Amino acid sequence: MKKRLAALAMTAVMSVGALAGCGTEGTPATTGGEGGSSATLKIGGIGPTTGPAAIYGSDVRDAISIAVDEINAAGGINGMQIEYKFEDDEHNAEKSVNAYNSLKDWGMQMLIGSVTSGPCIAVSEKSKEDNMFQLTPSGTAVQCVQYDNAFRVCFSDPNQGAASAQYIADGALKDKAIGIIYDSSTEYSTGIHDSFVSKAGELGLTIVSDQSFTADSATDFTAQLQSVQGAGADLLFLPIYYTEASLILQQSDTMGYKPIYFGVDGMDGILEVENFDTSLAEGVYLLTPFSATAEDELTKNFVTKFQEKTGHVPNQFGADAYDAVYIIKKVAEEQGITADMSISDMCDKMKAGMATVTIDNVLTSPTTITWTADGEPNKDPRAVIIQNGVYVLAE
Amino acid sequence: MGKLKKTTKQELITCGIVVLFYIVITILDKTGNLKSHTKGLLVPICYYATAAVSLNLVVGFLGDLSLGHAGFMCVGAFSSALFSVAMKESTMPAGLRFFIALLIGTAVAALFGFLIGIPVLRLNGDYLAIVTLAFGEIIKNILAAIYLGKDEAGVHISLKSFPLQGEGKMLINGAMGIQGVPTDSKFLIAMLVLLITLLVIYHMVNSRTGRAIMSIRDNRIAAESIGIDITKYKMLAFTVSAAIAGTVGVLFAHNTSTLTAASTYFGYNVSIMILVYVVLGGIGSIRGSVIAAALLYALPEMLRGLGNLSNYRMLIYSVILIAVMLWNWAPAARAWRERVFKSKNKQKQES
Amino acid sequence: MLDFLNTFISGISLGSIYAIIALGYTMVYGIAKMLNFAHGDVIMVGGYLVYTGMISWGFNPLLAILFAMVGCTILGILTERIAYKPLRGATSNLAVLITAIGMSYFLQNISLQIFTANPKSFTSVVKWEGISLADGQLKIQGVTIITILTGAVILLALQLFINKTKAGQAMLAVSEDKGAATLMGIDVNKTISLTFAIGSGLAAIAGALLCSAYPVLTPYTGAMPGIKAFVAAVLGGIGSIPGAMIGGLLLGVAESLSKRFISTQLADAIVFTILIIVLLVRPTGLMGRKLQEKV
Repeated sequence: MKKRLAALAMTAVMSVGALAGCGTEGTPATTGGEGGSSATLKIGGIGPTTGPAAIYGSDVRDAISIAVDEINAAGGINGMQIEYKFEDDEHNAEKSVNAYNSLKDWGMQMLIGSVTSGPCIAVSEKSKEDNMFQLTPSGTAVQCVQYDNAFRVCFSDPNQGAASAQYIADGALKDKAIGIIYDSSTEYSTGIHDSFVSKAGELGLTIVSDQSFTADSATDFTAQLQSVQGAGADLLFLPIYYTEASLILQQSDTMGYKPIYFGVDGMDGILEVENFDTSLAEGVYLLTPFSATAEDELTKNFVTKFQEKTGHVPNQFGADAYDAVYIIKKVAEEQGITADMSISDMCDKMKAGMATVTIDNVLTSPTTITWTADGEPNKDPRAVIIQNGVYVLAE
Repeated sequence: MGKLKKTTKQELITCGIVVLFYIVITILDKTGNLKSHTKGLLVPICYYATAAVSLNLVVGFLGDLSLGHAGFMCVGAFSSALFSVAMKESTMPAGLRFFIALLIGTAVAALFGFLIGIPVLRLNGDYLAIVTLAFGEIIKNILAAIYLGKDEAGVHISLKSFPLQGEGKMLINGAMGIQGVPTDSKFLIAMLVLLITLLVIYHMVNSRTGRAIMSIRDNRIAAESIGIDITKYKMLAFTVSAAIAGTVGVLFAHNTSTLTAASTYFGYNVSIMILVYVVLGGIGSIRGSVIAAALLYALPEMLRGLGNLSNYRMLIYSVILIAVMLWNWAPAARAWRERVFKSKNKQKQES
Repeated sequence: MLDFLNTFISGISLGSIYAIIALGYTMVYGIAKMLNFAHGDVIMVGGYLVYTGMISWGFNPLLAILFAMVGCTILGILTERIAYKPLRGATSNLAVLITAIGMSYFLQNISLQIFTANPKSFTSVVKWEGISLADGQLKIQGVTIITILTGAVILLALQLFINKTKAGQAMLAVSEDKGAATLMGIDVNKTISLTFAIGSGLAAIAGALLCSAYPVLTPYTGAMPGIKAFVAAVLGGIGSIPGAMIGGLLLGVAESLSKRFISTQLADAIVFTILIIVLLVRPTGLMGRKLQEKV
């Protein structure tokens, strides 16, 4: 017994050591805020950087820091330099709230996050209590922005599902027999799926097969593909992320099944999977807010910097996050935000600002973005087709 | 203290540590010395400690390896959250609602523990472990696939999402789970649950029942030969452990507002995480379970403060876990500690 | 009927992968009597090593696999030395289970740092397309056939090794009774190290085949197939080498058929239910030896 306690004490000492480290880091930061003349605005970020969803959080983390560095080099927001800290939540709501609390202790004044839906909803409960301005780059579930302090950059799930159904009904794909494979274990995929199915019903589209998988069995899709193929689907709707989609494309290719694929923003990134045979993605439709191969200066600048930093091409997660920082910058400048405001005052001004602001020149919308009071962005999705390994605007 | 029995003394010390922890935290909080981060960790620490203590009953005292603890948490969480969400709009006071929720979650998990215990406890060793793991995964899998909604036409349950007619509400929305669970789990309540659990387990372990349970662990055949009803005591320990896991589930569900049956919350890896607390704290040591759960849950959180190193926090966590396990369990490390601490601990050494 | 056969074949493909992973699991369990939860992650490391050899350095596939086998064998020996061996003789065999879990976290997180979370698409090490039957309506992939053949070769080789060589006999002795084996002059530690070395070398092959069949590689690729293969090994009777092969194939077929014909969402639940039923009827798995109760 004594020995065990001694061993536990060792863990305790380590934890305390870490705590102490935390203390020393926290102290100068808070006094710096009171300094006044060299005021800084503290922006926190939350997302998964470990665990199976790590890729999304890491991209957001890196994209934000690129934007922050750019803004700081150009003189900051209203003369304030941005201080930025990102915390890992392992794609877990409980850990996400812990990360939020930890950032609050650090002195966070605005939040970009959380990256994934479930954790984002949990954090929004806390940010509402504190009236902290929250802008999620990529939390797509409806409830992510259910409170008035929360806004998002990306499309919502119902928005994407309905838009996809609408796009199919409006164009040449109207008469196709539709098959669906979705991930029933994530909010993201289920949300899009549900709204797609109900909108497709309204529009009179034919869904011949509706299949799902779960995160625990996301390696082998042949059974689902056989069902879809057996039902005679010639358009396959995939409201899922590109990692699984790349597997589905490969497996249906070996089966010799060649439907038209239709994806949503989660499909963005498929061309950048390292060593992926892009010819498999030839002819894939997707509704996406972002195209890494776009020729405009803004995209080129971002993609180059992102590649330098991380070694891979960014997808919509990174783009949404990069935009989020610039959205905050624009709104904060319009509203005259200063670092000495209380978090709640700052949030009220930002809320008012979001309702009226029009943002142009962003990565994730071809034209402009505005927001409704309930936190949803108004922007046009663009439908693209993959041709010769790049996105080409469809129609 | 001389007159007290050794077991009672152990119990008092453990409960004392818990109460002291509560008092210290409350004083820190009232004087404004508690960070929001630390404050947010308190409820999870309490419920994971409770989970570890309850799992210890099966692993440490009954001697069976169960890897399905998170499954019982899952049923407790869903049944109670369903109740709370359904009653949210009623006039029932929040305190009473949460109290009933706790009872419901505990009872439902106990029922599941009983039913699952019947087939499971016929098995032994690693086979028992894998079957409990399987049951846990089945529970999670099914709860993640259920859609339950109430509308004008009544209550619907299905494995596919469906439209609601007129005024209605989705109660369980498939993978999106239950939304808007009232966040009733407070530190005081979580602490009381932990204390009650400690009392229950200590009393159980130190009673005739407990000795019967431990005799099964030590030598099943001998126990049987002196007339101990093996099945009865195995079932009892397993069911009590499951029931407490259900209570943990209730606290978990009412700590964050959304509840989903995802692997991160109720998968086998969570059962294993709780097992890590039990083994690290010492198999069969109730106090060890509490302390290990608290420290090990807090450790990766505390590593957030490491600045640039915090990118490596999960890596550091795994290294510390291995190191502590070796330090704690390796015969060589034990022998070394024996030599070094021998002189100091000679008088205090427990038998 | 064709539908059923096609699904059955895809089940065999999946099952052959489970089987080859389960071989490593069951071997380590049979001899060292420990559940090596990090086995799935050793497979993931094997996958990355093959990827690095083949894609980054341009090795030919066989050379890349050989490189990965060497790498994984060293990794296996090292993990055994550092994390498992010191716990031999600990008062509870749960201790080593927990360090295996710690090792699993460690391998995942170190891979996350080295290879990043960005998924990598694997190029199949098997270039053969496979065979078509019934006018191309039934297809069996090349990688499936190679996986089954590899599995069979490994199975035979292991049986021969265990039954015909001195080191193999030593393993058998250790698995029967460590104490008695020591008395017979067998170096138990060396034998167990050898077991880990072989198990980890096999993991590299399994990694290459897993990633060839399901070509996405992330630091978490090994975790789920690892646990499924563990289930397969138990289903077949853990410790039994032919049992692992049969358990793996059975699990794959059951998973594919229930996905196709019952419910995709509940497929895992169905597979686990089958496991439970099998274990209740035969408490030591399909090919497992009956436990003897010592009085």
